[in-house]
Amino acid sequence: MTKDAAPDRKAGLLHGLARSSAKLTSGITGLFTKRKLDRDALDGLEELLITSDLGVATASQLTQSLAAQRLDKEATADEVKGFLADEIAAILTPVARPLVLDPAIKPYVVLVCGVNGSGKTTTIAKLANQWRRAGKSVMLAAGDTFRAAAIEQLQIWGARAGCTVIAGKTGDDAAGLVFDAIKRASEEHADILIVDTAGRLQNKQDLMAELEKIIRVMRKVDATAPHSSLLVMDATVGQNAHSQVEIFKEAVDVSGLIVTKLDGSARGGVVVALAEKFGLPVHAIGVGEGMNDMQPFDARAFSRALVGLKS
Amino acid sequence: MFEDLTGRLGGIFDKLTRRGALKAGDVEDAMREVRVALLEADVALSVVKDFIADVTEEAIGEKVLASVTPGQMVIKIVHDHLVTMLGSEPAGINFTGVPPVAIMMVGLQGSGKTTTTAKLGARIEKRENKKVMMASLDVYRPAAQQQLLQLGEQTGLRTLEPVLGELPVAIAKRALKIAALEGLDVVLLDTAGRLHIDNELMTEVTQIKDAANPTETLLVADALTGQDAVTMARDFNDRIGVSGIVLTRVDGDARGGAALSMRAVTGRPIKLMGTGEKMDALEVFDAGRIASSILGQGDVVGLVEKAAEVIDQQEAEKIAAKMMKGKFTLEDMAEQFKQIRKMGDVKGLMGMIPGAAKMKDKIAAANIDDKTIARQEAIIRSMTMEERQKPKLLNGSRRRRIATGSGTSVQDVNRVLKQFKQMSQMMKKAGKMGKRGMMPGMPPGMMTPGGPPMR
Ligand SMILES: Nc1nc2c(ncn2[C@@H]2O[C@H](COP(=O)(O)OP(=O)(O)O)[C@@H](O)[C@H]2O)c(=O)[nH]1
Ligand SMILES: Nc1nc2c(ncn2[C@@H]2O[C@H](COP(=O)(O)OP(=O)(O)O)[C@@H](O)[C@H]2O)c(=O)[nH]1
Ligand SMILES: [Mg+2]
Ligand SMILES: [Mg+2]
Repeated sequence: MTKDAAPDRKAGLLHGLARSSAKLTSGITGLFTKRKLDRDALDGLEELLITSDLGVATASQLTQSLAAQRLDKEATADEVKGFLADEIAAILTPVARPLVLDPAIKPYVVLVCGVNGSGKTTTIAKLANQWRRAGKSVMLAAGDTFRAAAIEQLQIWGARAGCTVIAGKTGDDAAGLVFDAIKRASEEHADILIVDTAGRLQNKQDLMAELEKIIRVMRKVDATAPHSSLLVMDATVGQNAHSQVEIFKEAVDVSGLIVTKLDGSARGGVVVALAEKFGLPVHAIGVGEGMNDMQPFDARAFSRALVGLKS
Repeated sequence: MFEDLTGRLGGIFDKLTRRGALKAGDVEDAMREVRVALLEADVALSVVKDFIADVTEEAIGEKVLASVTPGQMVIKIVHDHLVTMLGSEPAGINFTGVPPVAIMMVGLQGSGKTTTTAKLGARIEKRENKKVMMASLDVYRPAAQQQLLQLGEQTGLRTLEPVLGELPVAIAKRALKIAALEGLDVVLLDTAGRLHIDNELMTEVTQIKDAANPTETLLVADALTGQDAVTMARDFNDRIGVSGIVLTRVDGDARGGAALSMRAVTGRPIKLMGTGEKMDALEVFDAGRIASSILGQGDVVGLVEKAAEVIDQQEAEKIAAKMMKGKFTLEDMAEQFKQIRKMGDVKGLMGMIPGAAKMKDKIAAANIDDKTIARQEAIIRSMTMEERQKPKLLNGSRRRRIATGSGTSVQDVNRVLKQFKQMSQMMKKAGKMGKRGMMPGMPPGMMTPGGPPMR
């Protein structure tokens, strides 16, 4: 294996989610086989949802809704699971929307932001790869001028996906770099420009202000940019996701989410609560470290996999 | 975003006027709220359950200090238990062995391993007076080895030169060999991020561990992690044996319940915490800080402790009784000011009162500070005993005398009198509403020191 040769660790949605929901599944099965749906069973169910990071409020709401329809009725494990999955899917379906580019806009500017290590740069590689395969010309802007070797990381991905990478050096002003990149992208008639940014925790006001500055500077070249602002969120995150969405939304008017690392054992259940609260589209999910490890967010598959049912 | 625990418990304990020991029923009510608070702080459910069981047993029958509310008492018990579980004794890094000893960093992708490696290296060179070498074993993530090289340049730490195509186990062996030749003390091995359910990569990391025989295997984990922390930490510990945990991104606004989950499930100490992206942002783990963050509030515990120490209990109860009857005098008000001053820095105290952070502006506007209180106390002390009992006597010339005597102005004197009037009116009203009806959660003696600002 050579340095930097990221092997595509194949991991499909069902692979990942089925594995991750094994515990949840066995829990529900244990609870409901040949049983009347009683309070104890409902409590157990609520707890299982909590362990998937749905949060106390959402878990309790889903369980109550189940109680309203099924309490004291005989139910098999699969019926209960199916009902739950349907409930969750009903919440998620409205937000399961792919990122649709407007071909009339050139370059179509996509800003990518999120907390540190959430998977922004890797997600950019995945998006770039997907759009290159669809025949688009894609440019990348190495807007993370803070983290060591963040620029080199994006350059390697750019080379693999076949995109030009506009980069400065570590310590440069990120907004200045983005300004240059957007100008270059228009001069060279690129279809798409994806802007990488440094990771930042949403409670750091100065860093959030820096993100706002990037947008202001962008708009000097194109008043309508960015055309999409994506928040990249790690599926292992817990209830802090609420604060992430809330504050990033305020700063950069987030237009959609991408949830990464769903190939792990975390189930990303907080997405359900986020969908109810913010209604932001979930465009795609990350299921591995390779360029091809991205899938559309499928509400039904996600919901059914979450409760341990096959699609 | 979420209601803090004090707010939750407030609802339960407002109704409670009883003193003495905590009753089982009350504790169980309170624990339902504690459970929700812990879950919202991302403590894993299984850990929450054990925690609640233990703390319930501990709290029932516990005597409530007379100067605090039962709610505050419960919070203190919960907090103390959290600190104990998180580990109140700081755990150092183990270097015992024939140098060079290896320290290995493991964890999920993006948790902060590489950054922590460089921070830790810098810390060891500075504080332990040991010579360090760093080596990147991450052959997967693009530019991961370059990242560590650049951090080495930034911190001035010796970093192993990467060799194209070399595999992780071989890199670890080469690092240790060169470090021995160069007479270095510690080799920090930065490994690639991996999922605990990735069998192939978990096997790889056990092979690295066997080859390097590290004195420390540190699990680097993100404070933002949710319920999965418990599975992740258990798997890492079961598969490779972890000697300690480093909690990163403590500088964020996450409540950090993952810390408790990981500590409980592995039994391994949390040794260090990352508090920023810069190279010096690495600190010894502070259980008290994380416990307060998990409970999502100011240091109620400190308040309870201080209140217990300082407030003269009988005096406070006497004033409280008088207040309720509406027989509150300027003398009592002066006594209150004294109590407050004894408790120390007023602004600091305000920071400890749950919910007070939200009222910061109001507090600033009301100008409550130690100086104001000292001045107000001096004004009352310049009055005669008779005047203190019967403020009606205070005509213009008496007010001028008092102002001169206390080194203040007539306006200041007027302000104190106005404040006194408002307070006694409030007291009367509160007296009718019943004990504690007015300001739940505040110990007697904590009432409106600088005027009636907290409406
Ligand atoms: N398993 C897994 N790892 C991922 C995924 N997306 C990103 N990563 C890894 O997470 C780490 C951080 O990713 P990176 O893109 O550098 O994050 P950034 O700091 O937000 O730009 C890297 O090791 C990536 O390989 C994913 O969907 N699954
Ligand atoms: N705010 C903050 N960021 C951190 C901390 N530790 C690491 N990071 C950031 O997290 C991101 C991922 O860190 P890295 O060391 O590359 O993670 P690795 O993939 O586990 O090696 C980088 O952007 C770091 O700057 C911390 O304690 N606080
Ligand atoms: Mg990045
Ligand atoms: Mg790394």
